[in-house]
Amino acid sequence: MPAQAQPHFSADKVLDCKGLACPMPIVRTKKAMEQIAPGEVIEVQATDKGSLADMKGWANNTGHYYLGSLQEGNVLRHFLRKASPQETKAETRYPHTITNKELQARLQSAEPFLLIDVREPAEYAFQRIAAAKSIPLGVLEQHLDELPTDRDIFVICRSGNRSDLACQLLAGKGFSRVKNVVPGMAGWTGPAENE
Amino acid sequence: MSNLQHQQAKVKKMTAHELTELLFAQEELFILDVRNSEDYENWHIEGHRVKSFNVPYFELIDGVEEIVGKLPGKQKILVVCAKEGSSVFVAEQLAEAGLDNVYYLQGGMKEWSEHLEPVKVGDLRDGGEIYQFVRIGKGCLSYMIVSGQEAAVVDSVRLTDVYEAFAKERSLTITHTIDTHLHADHISGGRKLAKSTGATYWLPEKDAEEVTFAYEKLEEGKVIQVGTTSISILPIYSPGHTIGSTSLLVDDTYFLTGDILFVASIGRPDLAGKAEDWVGDLHDTLYNRYQDLSKELLVLPAHFGSHAELGPDGVVSARLGDLYRDNPGLNIASEAEFRRVVTGQLPPQPNAYQEIRQVNMGRLQPDEEEQREMETGPNRCAVHDK
Repeated sequence: MPAQAQPHFSADKVLDCKGLACPMPIVRTKKAMEQIAPGEVIEVQATDKGSLADMKGWANNTGHYYLGSLQEGNVLRHFLRKASPQETKAETRYPHTITNKELQARLQSAEPFLLIDVREPAEYAFQRIAAAKSIPLGVLEQHLDELPTDRDIFVICRSGNRSDLACQLLAGKGFSRVKNVVPGMAGWTGPAENE
Repeated sequence: MSNLQHQQAKVKKMTAHELTELLFAQEELFILDVRNSEDYENWHIEGHRVKSFNVPYFELIDGVEEIVGKLPGKQKILVVCAKEGSSVFVAEQLAEAGLDNVYYLQGGMKEWSEHLEPVKVGDLRDGGEIYQFVRIGKGCLSYMIVSGQEAAVVDSVRLTDVYEAFAKERSLTITHTIDTHLHADHISGGRKLAKSTGATYWLPEKDAEEVTFAYEKLEEGKVIQVGTTSISILPIYSPGHTIGSTSLLVDDTYFLTGDILFVASIGRPDLAGKAEDWVGDLHDTLYNRYQDLSKELLVLPAHFGSHAELGPDGVVSARLGDLYRDNPGLNIASEAEFRRVVTGQLPPQPNAYQEIRQVNMGRLQPDEEEQREMETGPNRCAVHDK
């Protein structure tokens, strides 16, 4: 069942498919996806109940990332993130990493650290580690003064690629205790929460 | 838009009635079901000579080139989806790709699940007739017993317009509506039909403990008369699927077994959460009570589980004696083994079965759309259904 909450995030594009029967919501979503940049998030508003299962199926089939859906009255709000070609390539260049499992162990230890989630707000809203602080990759540079230098910083995203870029950026700015979490939320089996 | 209209001329519409006739006649048909795979796995159209193939419509948005080669060139192809829109969308592309025998199912699986096809089972001694109403998409069977200018409807589904129209055409008055038990797989139309026709509604008392409405108690030995002739319906208490389940003997010939005994399977005892309690009753009914009856009776169940149970002309029926020979549920050696088999291999429960029971008790009043949604999918009232 879709969550019933007012989201604290917005999509890069909102597509209104209210009142349309299948196949139109998917046909329109496909067209709209062509108009947004890889990594951007689209919100599709639909009243056709079948769109819930079909949107997931279509995203799976095309490689786009289905984030989740919210229900408000009769309206289903589906959130999808457009896949980017480099995400599928495992081109990790930042050498210092920590596995999901090691991170899970650290979450249970007393040693302090900061976990940064660099995914988009919509992704963060649907599934996240409770301790993670949300700073999307695109705005990370503006938040450097909030980051500590006296403890470890772990950076997580969906598949380890955006977090790799974030680690490189932080290392370049003088942060020395930075590690990339691999593979990231896509393989996360530990405790998670949503909005 | 003009291009779309042009293409629409090439794809043909098939109604649920036309599809039913085609399945009854065991004609060859190729079905392309474009719903998502989960819905397809859960429930799809089957037939003796039906080949079916599932490709979700959202995989065909860029074109149908990839599947055209997998489809038969000359044979009828029926494209099916949930409501119709996507099947038209795909059928038009197939027509455009050069296939010229392409149909879409009018109203999709939604209409298919609500279609009722009346078929005549046979005559009664005093000139009456008995009809089976086959809800083919969902596997529900209901009955109309006709004598003189009167009719009784047994295990009516919620689509009561069909019975009323059928009666009107023949100038019949529906005087009784009977439920053999409190249904869990579909919403009963018994009360609604009784209300609109002025008929008496019958339900077994033991299934009616929590109901919110008045009804006539369906009791063993209490004869229900139809018409001016001596056609009678004799209830026989036969618990097991529910504690109140009552079978009906019509004209000493037709044996309406409700959800206790089917042609290829037997009823399940667990839909009220009392499998352990009711499995013993089910065994007693099938191995003792029914055993005492004439083996010549024609069994007419309230469900079928697979298209293989549809006989010629679509009637689902079997001689009681033949079932004692062929039905696996009637050939289990001991009661202990029966308990193990029946409680050990139960299929998934029907969709929304608990809510449906509440509706049939009058405790929930969902609107038309909600009722439709509750009834989605197959009936799953038998032990051996998958």
